[in-house]
Amino acid sequence: MSVDRRTRIGLRVLALGYLAVLLLVPVGLVFYRTFEKGIGFVWDSITTPAAIHALFLTLEVAAITVPLNAAFGMLAALALVRGRFPGKRLLDALIDLPFAISPIVVGLALLLVFGRTGWLGPTLADAGIQIVFSVPGIVIATVFVSLPFVAREVAPVLKEIGEEQEQAAATLGANAWQTFWRITLPAVRWGLAYGVVLSTARAIGEFGAVSVVSGKIAGQTETLTLLVEKRFQNFDLAGAYAASALLALIALGTLLAMSLIGARRSES
Amino acid sequence: MSIALPIGRRRPGAGVPSGGLAMGASMLWLSLIVLLPLAAVVARSLDGGVDSFWHAVSARQAVSALRFTLLISLATAAINAVAGTLIAWVLVRDRFPGKRVVNAVIDLPFALPTIVAGLTLLALYGPNSPIGVDVALTKLAVLLALLFVTLPFVIRSVQPVLLELDRDMEEAAASLGASPGVIFTRVILPSLIPAILSGAALAFARAVGEFGSVVLISGNVPFDTQVASVFVYKQIESDNPGGAAAVSVVLLALSLVVLVAIRWVGAWGSRARTQSAAVKSEARQNER
Repeated sequence: MSVDRRTRIGLRVLALGYLAVLLLVPVGLVFYRTFEKGIGFVWDSITTPAAIHALFLTLEVAAITVPLNAAFGMLAALALVRGRFPGKRLLDALIDLPFAISPIVVGLALLLVFGRTGWLGPTLADAGIQIVFSVPGIVIATVFVSLPFVAREVAPVLKEIGEEQEQAAATLGANAWQTFWRITLPAVRWGLAYGVVLSTARAIGEFGAVSVVSGKIAGQTETLTLLVEKRFQNFDLAGAYAASALLALIALGTLLAMSLIGARRSES
Repeated sequence: MSIALPIGRRRPGAGVPSGGLAMGASMLWLSLIVLLPLAAVVARSLDGGVDSFWHAVSARQAVSALRFTLLISLATAAINAVAGTLIAWVLVRDRFPGKRVVNAVIDLPFALPTIVAGLTLLALYGPNSPIGVDVALTKLAVLLALLFVTLPFVIRSVQPVLLELDRDMEEAAASLGASPGVIFTRVILPSLIPAILSGAALAFARAVGEFGSVVLISGNVPFDTQVASVFVYKQIESDNPGGAAAVSVVLLALSLVVLVAIRWVGAWGSRARTQSAAVKSEARQNER
């Protein structure tokens, strides 16, 4: 459509204006407010014992959930694309559920299973296992909310590459395991990487589900996002901004990784 | 010399770790992590019978939170449908310096933690606003937060369709004297509708359940700015899991409806694309 110059510039200004008002100016302002008091202040505020603990807990949770999600995502993608089973359509429909469910409902659901009066809570408590209000609860909540990412990125790639190479390998005597490591995994690596980046970002940034199941115990189950909220509620605005800036930096790193992987993916 | 290949013994796909193992393992994991907990919510909401479920969801504050959530999510989806299509069009058809950066920044709301998104909007549109605009604790603030977190959905769903769109039809319409406005509404828009709808539906689903970005900026005023997810959170905090579960079941039902709608629109979109491709290839054959 050849739009005349004035209309085109008008539409461009509208689109960029919307992005600026909603996204760019607010994010820019938070960075400005954060560093207004100097880098030393920010450093002090993200190196308090509580902040360091929150950072390490957040990284620990991500380090456990992301490999779990990657393994499940690969399996689910294989089942969705290669499987020939009656339950396939059901799996395909159910796998998106975590994207459509409120994180608060996720938190409540886990409380009702693993909580003090939940379905499995008392049994697990007798066995000395505590899920809710401790790290395992945070991990399960994070696995729930970021479950579909890897499967949804790997499945289309798997569909596109087809089965010929895998069949060739099988014909030449490779066993299933060898075929997977040598043929299938390398072929889907960029899709897998993209899914891993997305679920890492979600794992680090999850707030709603974690705030229900973690109990928000300072120095024990307080993740970075919970720390941001607590500082804000305690009128420590500058501290909240500093912790936010740390999370925003991780988000920018995610964006960078996404566009790099995206470029690689369209090359191959 | 001949090499005996064991072809006859293998079905297609054999030797590939797919089959029952992958299916069974992923179903088991999904059931354990997702389905069992959701079943617990439904069971808990019905603990006191259907009456107590109905009592919980028809409580005045619950109804008000659900109604507000539904309306504001519809508004969010509608605004996204328009603004998202506009931004996608500008990103595909326009050329300007810095376009690649703008394109990359679109995904920021997906990467940024929701609590940071709320804090970010509060910095510009809250009580300490440098431009003197304080909308905190109003419905408008909730709308802003929802628009922020749902920004990428429509753009990312429309962009690829717009990129692949055949421009022959637009040029034909232009050569027949159609104005740009007519070309957009009669030629471009019909092909984009499935993508716009599925993007808007995803935005709606996200808005209905959103918590992190809303919790700080909404002020959680009952009968005014309290959304359903914050209402559920407050019920959990005040040790009323039955009430929390009942409203959660309504939210779950809404999620299911949206998921089904998205699949339906997706199937329609791919059917429309195949049809238009078939029409085009037929037209090309007729030309020859």
